[in-house]
Amino acid sequence: MRHSRKLAGALYAAPVAAFVLVFFVAPLLLVGRMSASDWPLLVGDRGINLPDNYAGITANPLFWPAVGFTLKYTGIVVVILIGLSLLLALIVADRRKGTGFFRSAYFLPTTLGLASASLLFYGFYSHAIGPLDPLLEALGMEPVSWLGTPTAALWSTVVLIVWKFAGFFMIILLVGLQSIPPEVYEAARLDGANRWQSFWHVTIPLLRPALGLVLILSVTGSLLAFDQFFILTKGGPDNSTVTVVQLIYREAFQRFDLGAAAAISVVVLAALLVLNIVQFRALRKDA
Amino acid sequence: MGTKLWSTSYYVLAASLAVLFLLPLIWTGYASVAPHGATNQQVGYGFGNYASLLEYDAGLLRYLWNSTYTSVLTVAFTLALSIAGGYAFARFSFRGKDTLFLLTLAILMVPYSTLLIPLYSMLGDLGLRDSLTGLALVLTLYQLPFAVFMMRISFEAVPKEIEESAMVDGAGTFGILTRIMLFSVWPGLITVGLFSFLAAWNDFIAPLILVSSADKAVLPVAIANLRQQSMGAVDFGATQAGVVVMALPCLVLFALLQRHYVRGFMSGAIKG
Repeated sequence: MRHSRKLAGALYAAPVAAFVLVFFVAPLLLVGRMSASDWPLLVGDRGINLPDNYAGITANPLFWPAVGFTLKYTGIVVVILIGLSLLLALIVADRRKGTGFFRSAYFLPTTLGLASASLLFYGFYSHAIGPLDPLLEALGMEPVSWLGTPTAALWSTVVLIVWKFAGFFMIILLVGLQSIPPEVYEAARLDGANRWQSFWHVTIPLLRPALGLVLILSVTGSLLAFDQFFILTKGGPDNSTVTVVQLIYREAFQRFDLGAAAAISVVVLAALLVLNIVQFRALRKDA
Repeated sequence: MGTKLWSTSYYVLAASLAVLFLLPLIWTGYASVAPHGATNQQVGYGFGNYASLLEYDAGLLRYLWNSTYTSVLTVAFTLALSIAGGYAFARFSFRGKDTLFLLTLAILMVPYSTLLIPLYSMLGDLGLRDSLTGLALVLTLYQLPFAVFMMRISFEAVPKEIEESAMVDGAGTFGILTRIMLFSVWPGLITVGLFSFLAAWNDFIAPLILVSSADKAVLPVAIANLRQQSMGAVDFGATQAGVVVMALPCLVLFALLQRHYVRGFMSGAIKG
């Protein structure tokens, strides 16, 4: 009986095990092998060429600008997203008249796909049909080229991403806020704390796990940015908005060098693993 | 500060933010039907942009079918794997159980782009490149950590007594799963199905890389291509009509299944 139950358990787990082996473990090993090989897209494996692909990464003139841009973009997005989603969560936390509506309004953009949202803003920022130029004109101002300069393209994308994801992070912070027992606020009030003091000394420390999750998710998501820049700016103007993942795509499918693309992918994986371990450690220690 | 002033400024802030969040959504719906010289809807309000979408390349219906097929298949794969796997993790002990569970969660740690390069090569060897079935398998991979986790905690929450009495009546583990357990975990099933459907429906980079034939394009890739083609002239009207077509199922599912959305996020928050 006990033996047959063990067998049954292994049988139920077998499909997941097979799937994870074929579609996760095997490609993980393969990407290591590819990163060490001369592997043109249309030809396939032409043998080990270590360390050419890795040495080629820093020789790529787009690499350091892409790393720099990705980090800058991540920094901006993370700060604004955390600030705004916290504000939204605080707005809808208490049950008041209208909070149900506000919750849905802030959350609605999250239901769209990132590619759909990017295509939406592609039209929204356009001179052809976008509402922004007529608006500026009505106010007596010059039209703006929303995607035309490196700075404008960066901030226009930041607006899109904040619009799309603030509601998602609001929900995570909202769950965190609602798990704080009301007695704690009551105690702070009895100790003479005002609204601001109890926010700063009660809410923020107790919200730490939720804030930590928001931090990790927004940092990881921004470092791996692809869709929004591929669709909205195509990496332009003048390659000023090429992210690291876009670089992988370009190496593989525009320069047809899967080996080089695999090498960058391995570096990105290693960097993210280290970063996540550091973030987890930091959050655990402080908590 | 007076309570009334506080309350007024609260509502002014909350409402202006709501306007900012809703405005782009309302605009895209408006722009898809409004008259504009640069689009296929020249005079008066109407569905000219949707008509041009119907006739664009392989046609809107083809792309809708491709997206639906891929999404439904992804949901089916994800549910099948996570039901069997979740049941195994929740109710049985077997060799390698913890390793397999951690390995499944570890998928989350590996960036999409890192796996797509080797998967592109592997799917070629398996005869699944440029195939929507191959695409659905890859999309399933990224749903697996959340789905298996969700189904494991769903099965664990079912009281053991129900199973034990069925076992006394001579039911086997498979009979218990299909005739008893599945009815108890249906909220989990809906959450997993909802999230995997939306992820597959909206995914962009995987179909961009893994599917190359124009007549096999899924909606996001087809609409993004539409924007790039026709000699530099972008059909902005058709693009916004495409955004509406892609967004509608997502908005409808949100309206119908709001509770399950929050449930999914909550389990994510607990996990962190």
